[in-house]
Amino acid sequence: MGKNAIDDETIDYVGILAKLELSPAEKEKAKKDMEQMLDYIDEMNELDTSGVEPMVHIFQTNNVFREDVVTNGDGHDDMLKNAPEVKDGAYKVPRTFAE
Amino acid sequence: MEICDLTAAELGRKIKSGEIGVREAAEAFLDRTDKTDKTVHAYLTIDRKSVEKRADEVQEKIRSGEYDSPLAGVPAAVKDNICTRGLKTTCASRILENFVPTYSAEAVSRLENAGTVILGKTNMDEFAMGSTTETSAFGPTRNPWDTDHVPGGSSGGSCAAVSSGECAYALGSDTGGSIREPSSYCGVTGIKPTYGTVSRYGLIAYGSSLDQIGPIAKTVEDCAAVLDIISSHDPKDSTSTERSYGFSKSLSDDVRGLKIGIPGDYFTEGLDPEVAKAVTDAVDVLKQKGADVEKFDLGYVKYAIPAYYTIADAEASSNLERFDGIKYGYRTKDCEGLHQLYKKSRSEGFGEEVKRRIMLGSFVLSSGYYDAYYLKALKVKALIRKAWDRAFEKYDVVAAPAAPSTAPKIGESLSDPMKMYLSDIYTVSVNLAGLPGLAVPCGQDSKGLPVGIQFIGNCFGEDKILRAGYAFQKEYPYRAPHLTEKEAR
Repeated sequence: MGKNAIDDETIDYVGILAKLELSPAEKEKAKKDMEQMLDYIDEMNELDTSGVEPMVHIFQTNNVFREDVVTNGDGHDDMLKNAPEVKDGAYKVPRTFAE
Repeated sequence: MEICDLTAAELGRKIKSGEIGVREAAEAFLDRTDKTDKTVHAYLTIDRKSVEKRADEVQEKIRSGEYDSPLAGVPAAVKDNICTRGLKTTCASRILENFVPTYSAEAVSRLENAGTVILGKTNMDEFAMGSTTETSAFGPTRNPWDTDHVPGGSSGGSCAAVSSGECAYALGSDTGGSIREPSSYCGVTGIKPTYGTVSRYGLIAYGSSLDQIGPIAKTVEDCAAVLDIISSHDPKDSTSTERSYGFSKSLSDDVRGLKIGIPGDYFTEGLDPEVAKAVTDAVDVLKQKGADVEKFDLGYVKYAIPAYYTIADAEASSNLERFDGIKYGYRTKDCEGLHQLYKKSRSEGFGEEVKRRIMLGSFVLSSGYYDAYYLKALKVKALIRKAWDRAFEKYDVVAAPAAPSTAPKIGESLSDPMKMYLSDIYTVSVNLAGLPGLAVPCGQDSKGLPVGIQFIGNCFGEDKILRAGYAFQKEYPYRAPHLTEKEAR
């Protein structure tokens, strides 16, 4: 048996972070999958990493600056063609604020 | 020899000399695809009319001298996570099923400016998350060598298309092995360049610190020629690097004095003995050609996959937040309020593997677990990088298997994700360290399935791995599978 146990509260919290809604069956499966993965990932703890600097980028990265000018033209209409719902040349979303 | 069986370089020369027309070449590949792709299912989208129109335009521009690249007029396929203006780009996901990009990826624009005819978009694991192309929402691709087997993944469609002669070459992407492992399974050549070599602009992001676009083709020569075209310093990608190019110039059959290291700790339990033998034999070929070969221990091998999945899934959970059912992609039919629209659209639009990775990624980044998992993985990554640095103090090239086995049967991997993750054991640390890796076919197992050898170089060391691969291919030339009439129906 693995040592990681994911409870309902944790999986619900992860669902909120991930913006995913899981059915009860999916939730049980997700708990099991995550426990198994975390048990595996925990193997990293065999390594002593004290004093090791975490490495995000392979190469030194610098901010890349440019003048704030539009170079790619107006894609407004083309972009809206991909939208699921459009109203008056804008993205349409469900009511967000109560009346 | 049929057009579809020529290498990209040979076809390019015949197009340049006028022996083969651009339209004729494009139609040959489309006709082959008509015959074989009902079974192989390498493509998700082909727009035959546009291809024919584009072929005529390219022919004209070759005649006028506007297109003078060695590959001008040669037809190619593009993985479906690389944006193509006006041509559907789905990431093999329901959530992007009808998405038509309004711009092309930099790599695609560079191909087009060199006179490439893009035939269509290839199947893949959904959002490049998988090692078999079975997580595609639109059905799996089959391995042209044996259609009961997977082509590998996630660039399985691109590799199967090259292998079955449905395109002259293809673009893939590689986050943890997604070019090299399917190249190995399909018996084709593929390279993941040094991180930052090919612009990621227009590549739909999975793990941004790991993702690279690269070519897949019949030969090392073809891969180098494609890399010459698609590599660039692109201001639109802040991680794009300025470096030396001209990869084709490094091709040479002379490997005398080339120092090759063999990681002994890769040749352990878990590696199929037939794969081990094919790879060892391939290294012996280079030794006979004058390379200096030595065994060494790389170290940290078993920690690469845990570190990789922690980092890749963390980045994926962030990158895939953009799919919310508002600006593009799938939107749930029935919901109340904005927040539920996000949740339901994503839950209905993403497949199981994608959700699994988003959940794990969200967890390892969450407060309370960030240090224990994500930060720990970044430290392990630093150790892995140091291990590679030590190796390249002694060797020009590290030779290893591309995958621990040949292609598994369709259906075997999906039931056990952990087992599927292990197929990336020889590829993921190359991405973590930002190194270039080249997969070259080097033999077949007793079932007749291809085995690939991987040549790994130091950062910006493509010249040396291309040389090793090119010299090996002189002794073990490209061979194509024989799709039988029955299978191709």
